[in-house]
Amino acid sequence: MIEILSVTGPASVQDLGRFDQYRFGVGTSGAMDDVALRAGNILLGNDENAAGIEIPMLPFKLRFDRNMAFALTGADVEAEIAGRVIPPWWRSHARAGEVLTIKAMPRGARLYLTVGGGIDVPMVLGSRSTQFRGEFGGWHGRPLHVGDVLPCAAPTAVIGELGVEPAEITLARPNAAADETIVRVVIAGEYDGFDAATQALFWSSSWKITPQSNRYGYRLQGPAVKPEVPIEKRSHGIVPGVIQIPPNGQPIIQMRDAQTSGGYPKIATVIRADLWRVGQARLGSKLRFEQTAYSDALAAETEMSAYLDRLRTNARLVEETRTCRYSSPISRAWR
Amino acid sequence: MTTSDRPRISLLGTSALLFEAPGAFDLPHQRRIWALAATASKWPDIREAIPGITNLMLTFETPPRELDGLIAALNDGWDAAEGLAIGGREIRLPVTYGGEIGSSLQSVADHCGLSVDDVVSIHAAPLYTVFALGSHPGYCYLGGMDPRITMPRRQTPLQRSAGGSVSIGGSQTGVSASSGPSGWHAIGHTSWTFFDPTWPTPAALAPGDTIRFAVERVIR
Repeated sequence: MIEILSVTGPASVQDLGRFDQYRFGVGTSGAMDDVALRAGNILLGNDENAAGIEIPMLPFKLRFDRNMAFALTGADVEAEIAGRVIPPWWRSHARAGEVLTIKAMPRGARLYLTVGGGIDVPMVLGSRSTQFRGEFGGWHGRPLHVGDVLPCAAPTAVIGELGVEPAEITLARPNAAADETIVRVVIAGEYDGFDAATQALFWSSSWKITPQSNRYGYRLQGPAVKPEVPIEKRSHGIVPGVIQIPPNGQPIIQMRDAQTSGGYPKIATVIRADLWRVGQARLGSKLRFEQTAYSDALAAETEMSAYLDRLRTNARLVEETRTCRYSSPISRAWR
Repeated sequence: MTTSDRPRISLLGTSALLFEAPGAFDLPHQRRIWALAATASKWPDIREAIPGITNLMLTFETPPRELDGLIAALNDGWDAAEGLAIGGREIRLPVTYGGEIGSSLQSVADHCGLSVDDVVSIHAAPLYTVFALGSHPGYCYLGGMDPRITMPRRQTPLQRSAGGSVSIGGSQTGVSASSGPSGWHAIGHTSWTFFDPTWPTPAALAPGDTIRFAVERVIR
């Protein structure tokens, strides 16, 4: 078990998401940076869909009640446990009673704490993710509070420490400025309802992420992008990544807790391989959109999968080497 | 045949595709959408086929390499779709119109050039059909609203609208199942449970069910 000692902002239990309940109006929820959650679970030998804690604001403090492996992935991090510094994208071990203090996120917007075995909350409608609007899933369908004690599943046996290269470095995009995130998008249904000059404005603008941005959606600020004539659509399904243009001309990117349907015109959709980059973009920073063909969006997913495959292979090789060393009679004699 | 007689098919990134039927927002078109959804949900690599208002979203288990085959199958499927008549339950929903939650009642009346009482009686008159579920857990989109009380969606969506709100958005109406952001105009409220994740089917209503709003009270 782990006990929450200090929490700032809406931290929540999330797995990769709830993907097959749209027909009941239930959206995906799930980690805003699914690549980071997967990486944490790979480091720990967990099922990649095991639940972790998504932490959007700091400080955050928790106590482990038994010896346990854990990892911090996602944003860059300043953290320590019992005087030891915990690096980002790294598997460490806690002893029973030790307190992990997460102090700062020098880069990025969300941190994922994963533990050996995963956070063991019940599956609800096929997922452990918190459904805030429906108030179910995760930990009682709500953000975490001080004093919450979360159950952890039986851990897999992982030995020693291990780090991996952050997705942000391996999958870095060319031309990205320090305070600007470039994301690739595929144009959507109403793109042609905007004239050429307005389309150009959408591509060339550097969009500011307003403070009204959260797990539901990112509300952006910039020049007004309006269709030639107002568009009022019949309600239809939408998915995380869809960029809607409400009548005020300020784009909204739908995120993991978004509604499953809407009627505002859609100009484009952030591709799945880049949605985690939006999840790691900070409030107040800038976003820029880059047009991509469907086939290139699929290629970007392949590149993301290849990165995760390398992490899996590396983690397995390290594990096999260590297991060998600790269990062979020769190495035992040498220890 | 003009292009507007043909369905529109567009991408939602690589995780879904949207099919929009040509023609009116009415029950015969919606019944063809239900039929197409039933067919498409059995296709390989399709995770779910989710009806909207005379449209259909397909979510992908694995995104198709090529889209041409899927687009052709949707077009053929639409042409072949006979209306699927779903016989549903009839639900009576008591509604308090106006008041704090239904605070847009007056502005809808003003926008439509009607009295508050007219808006209430026009809204409560029809037997509405649940066309689709969506937006948030348990939410139902209803067909059958009188076009005289149409009101465009908000310029900027509200960050929070109360659960149980009875609202109008464009030419549609519906009842929110829980509180959350909304671009619609609330004209009243009801207390009724639309969703419970512990039920065998988590949503209380399904496409084909019908709703009649009963005017419990009008707060002016």
